[in-house]
Amino acid sequence: MNITKNIHEWLFSLMPEAAASIVEMVLIAVVYLIIFAVAGLYLVLLERRVAAWFQLRLGPNRVGYQGLLQTMADALKLVSKELTVTIKADKFLYNLAPYFVIVTALMALSLFPFSEEFQAFDINIGIFFLTSISSIGVIGILLAGWSSNNKFSLIGAMRSGVQTISYELSVGLSLLTMVVMTGSLQLSQIVEVQKSGWLIVQGHIPAIIAFCIYMIAGTAETNRAPFDLVEAESELGAGFHTEYSGMKFAYFFLAEFINMFIIAAIATTVFFGAYLSPFGITESIPLLGVFWFLAKTLVLIFLMMWFRWTFPRLRIDQLLVLEWKYLLPLNLMNLVLMALMVLLGLTIKF
Amino acid sequence: MSYFSDIYNAVKSLLTGMSVTGKYFLHSRKGAITQQYPDNRDTLKMFERFRGEVVMPHDENNEHRCTGCQKCELACPNGSIEIIWDRQIDPTTGKKKKMIDQHIYHLGMCTMCSLCIEACPTDAIKWAQNFENSVYDRAYLTRVLNKPGSKVLPGLED
Repeated sequence: MNITKNIHEWLFSLMPEAAASIVEMVLIAVVYLIIFAVAGLYLVLLERRVAAWFQLRLGPNRVGYQGLLQTMADALKLVSKELTVTIKADKFLYNLAPYFVIVTALMALSLFPFSEEFQAFDINIGIFFLTSISSIGVIGILLAGWSSNNKFSLIGAMRSGVQTISYELSVGLSLLTMVVMTGSLQLSQIVEVQKSGWLIVQGHIPAIIAFCIYMIAGTAETNRAPFDLVEAESELGAGFHTEYSGMKFAYFFLAEFINMFIIAAIATTVFFGAYLSPFGITESIPLLGVFWFLAKTLVLIFLMMWFRWTFPRLRIDQLLVLEWKYLLPLNLMNLVLMALMVLLGLTIKF
Repeated sequence: MSYFSDIYNAVKSLLTGMSVTGKYFLHSRKGAITQQYPDNRDTLKMFERFRGEVVMPHDENNEHRCTGCQKCELACPNGSIEIIWDRQIDPTTGKKKKMIDQHIYHLGMCTMCSLCIEACPTDAIKWAQNFENSVYDRAYLTRVLNKPGSKVLPGLED
């Protein structure tokens, strides 16, 4: 984009190269932090309104127009609250845990191609990096549960470990199914391939199966209902963040919503052509790419909210049966099917 | 091969569930049950079966239906109802008759159990649907249900 190019040149003319590149990195980080905060806050609001509509309520609509400032007010309240620690908590790990969760979420955010030029970090192992980053977040949850020195927290954290390790396989394999078709892990390359049809159209049957499996496993990955055993209010209080208060609690809360955004954004990039418009209707205006990306992501986020407010929570053994006896074998069969299809040239290309 | 039929049935039932909630989502604008209370104070009407407080309806001649039988007072589990009565001469028949002087109802003690209303043989008391019952002094919660100068509806006991 022109603005970023101008800023880039201006910075490099102003100071030595090393200093300029550091300043540039800081600026990009600030931009992403702002996106992070705004997206997190408004996803919380969206979740609350959507939940209300599913339950025939109205939801928060008092603070600002249609409740638009509600989550801002909540965040202000959380900032002003006292940070409590239990006496027996492991102070160092207890304070470290929320940052693990939130930093990994933020790192994953930098990879997405919001539009052709709006992508901070186009690494050549993009998808692999994303899946590995999103599984580091679980260390934060484990640390939080362990260091709180609370039975409920510990059970929640251990469940989170079990759940993430199991469902990580399905997320990885369903993305791998799509990578068979693109032949590249780099996100910009994946989008490039989709200029001749979104991957869910190109790969038809196996791609749709992979998408279904990805959405199920992705919902489990973010610890949302119907897989919210980690928090399971009715059994564990608040699960791993029972002992957290104030801003540290808010970090966990925001990270959960950002993770939902990340899962939806990966699905958008890999299955629905990222910033590409449907049938190329706005190909001439590249800035609209951001709009298309966010629109597709929001549709997928809505789908995940729909899951949450429809399905009852699974038991822990049902959770593992679903993964190891159904999703994983189906996924492996699907991968073979996709490989055969690519080999025989049965994909649809426009 | 119940494996694949299991998957089919699971997907089918999940989609059925999602269609149900989806319908709710689409109708939520019109069918929301939330009342935005202080805003719609003028139009808000509580449900018929809502138990606000016990009242005694009077007709246009200032006549109520309470005969002073005290069944409600006996039925009340925590003594929220007190009836002050005495025997007076009925002006129409000239006989001595039990008549209420004051039907006292302590709203502050009432648990809204509705036993008094079920016990009343002449349907003299019923539930009102008002709910803005807060007052600054507890004494206001003790209410006399029969209006001053009111009489029992003639011919009620025949």
